[in-house]
Amino acid sequence: MVAVAQLVRAPDCGSGGCGFNPRQPPLFKLQVAQTAKLQGRVAQTAKLQAAPSPTCSREDNLSENHIIRVQHLVRSFGTLIAVNDVSFDVHKGETFAFLGPNGAGKTTTIKMLTTVLRPTSGTLELDGLDPVVQPTQVRTRFGVVFQDPSLDSELTAWENVDIHGVLYHVPRRVRHERGETLLKLFELWDRRNDLVKTFSGGMRRRLEIARGLLHTPKVLFLDEPTQGLDPQSRNQMWTIVKNLNATEGVTVFLTTHYMDEADRVADRIAIIDHGKIVATGSSAELKQQTGTESLEAAFLKLTGTSIRDEEFSAQDRMRQISRVWRR
Amino acid sequence: MNVIYILWLREVKKYLRSRAQIVASLGTPLMYLAVLGFGLGPVFRKAGQGSYLQFMAPGVIGMTVLFTAMFSGIAMLWDRQFGFLKETLVAPVPRVQIMIGRTLGGATVAVIQGAIIFAVTLIAGFRPASVVAVPIAFLIIALIAVVFSALATAIGSSIKEMQGFQMVMNFLVMPLWFLSGALYPLEGLPAVLAAFTRVDPLTYGIDGVRGTMIGAAHFGVSFDVVVLLGVGVVFVIAGAWRFSKIEV
Repeated sequence: MVAVAQLVRAPDCGSGGCGFNPRQPPLFKLQVAQTAKLQGRVAQTAKLQAAPSPTCSREDNLSENHIIRVQHLVRSFGTLIAVNDVSFDVHKGETFAFLGPNGAGKTTTIKMLTTVLRPTSGTLELDGLDPVVQPTQVRTRFGVVFQDPSLDSELTAWENVDIHGVLYHVPRRVRHERGETLLKLFELWDRRNDLVKTFSGGMRRRLEIARGLLHTPKVLFLDEPTQGLDPQSRNQMWTIVKNLNATEGVTVFLTTHYMDEADRVADRIAIIDHGKIVATGSSAELKQQTGTESLEAAFLKLTGTSIRDEEFSAQDRMRQISRVWRR
Repeated sequence: MNVIYILWLREVKKYLRSRAQIVASLGTPLMYLAVLGFGLGPVFRKAGQGSYLQFMAPGVIGMTVLFTAMFSGIAMLWDRQFGFLKETLVAPVPRVQIMIGRTLGGATVAVIQGAIIFAVTLIAGFRPASVVAVPIAFLIIALIAVVFSALATAIGSSIKEMQGFQMVMNFLVMPLWFLSGALYPLEGLPAVLAAFTRVDPLTYGIDGVRGTMIGAAHFGVSFDVVVLLGVGVVFVIAGAWRFSKIEV
């Protein structure tokens, strides 16, 4: 499978190397160039050379191996500021979780990283490329499972996977081999010729994730992937995803509001609330920071205990309609 | 090219799988053919215009193509609600390719439906002027299908909810059909009605089909084809433009 993975993957530009970003201030461009030159050397040398930037936290400057870098990201919808000056790095190969209450800005951030939404201001970088400037190149580098299902339920599982392969320019042979591997891995191979409308919620989710991995992305975005799934499906799903995370080195970026999930699967967690990141670190670090014993207690300490009422948008209404239609 | 093909194939596969939909969508044209074709036949003959079935068969084929093509706009709303649209929109391919694949798929389905109704009219007693006329007529039918599939794409990209599509059906599709001269000759109409029929692209489509199949065109087949091509280009550009503006 690793050989297949290498075959499919687009030529690597290296992080920051070819990602010339006209929207960044000149000073930053210089830094990027320097960093790129240093990549071959020992990591420690690079750490010493990297100029300290007042905009990043200490930890961010040390992370040479980031695959996603978000700086001062802002997105507003009219008067509502959904994402308010958010900055963070995601390291290569890690599992990174966005943990936050409803309406915290998790989905909005994912939408901007996946080129679906334009930021109001701030800079984004995914594998050295800017999703705003080079959306097409960025799209080949990530797989995404949105909060709402995006399968064609009138087609079979295999047809859904195959169409995805064509849309992502995966050669036919690779499409078939990797498609088979992934469907077997997600335990859907026996049902590959069944229409998706006959699938359960858990199977649909698994199919979406399998499909999202077909083009061997570097980053897999999972926006609340386990919502509405039973514990067995959640468990199975995470076992497979963590396994792929280890074997293929795919970076996993997930959002959730299940504490146990973030605690269990994520290497690092960013807690986001009201469009701002309130804390970043591993589960242990967050507990230590807040002096609490569980992640849930840490979360409540950081975000408060008030109930969030999301505004009922037109999109939510559509979502509800589609739920009714799906039976 | 592969992208256009696979999205085209998707539309056709889904059509072939939904047998119930095929049968249901043939109901309306069959009703028109049976009720009006045979009901108004004697009046038409008395007025010295010959066989009404011969006259209206091309109109009913045109109607089928119009309705089927416009329903491909519904497919887009369906995809929006069930999410598949998003899957295509975040793919690393130009949106225009996605739009063309979908539109050609919708147009193909419309032509197949038109062919089924054509077969039914043959059974009912419709006789084209010659065998050669049929494939030429179907080229014009394909043009009609592309024109209205592209229009449906433009509209489907611009409205977000099912209720909106109902409006389109009532205030666009039905007038397009009734003003097209499918049911009545274009000669000697009141000036206002005549003006309306002349801005309806379907008028030229049905006139072209009628011209090739029974040799009785009002405007002339080559003029009809030129108009359809022109309108087709405009609608495809409009559809591609509207499709490129979709936000998920």
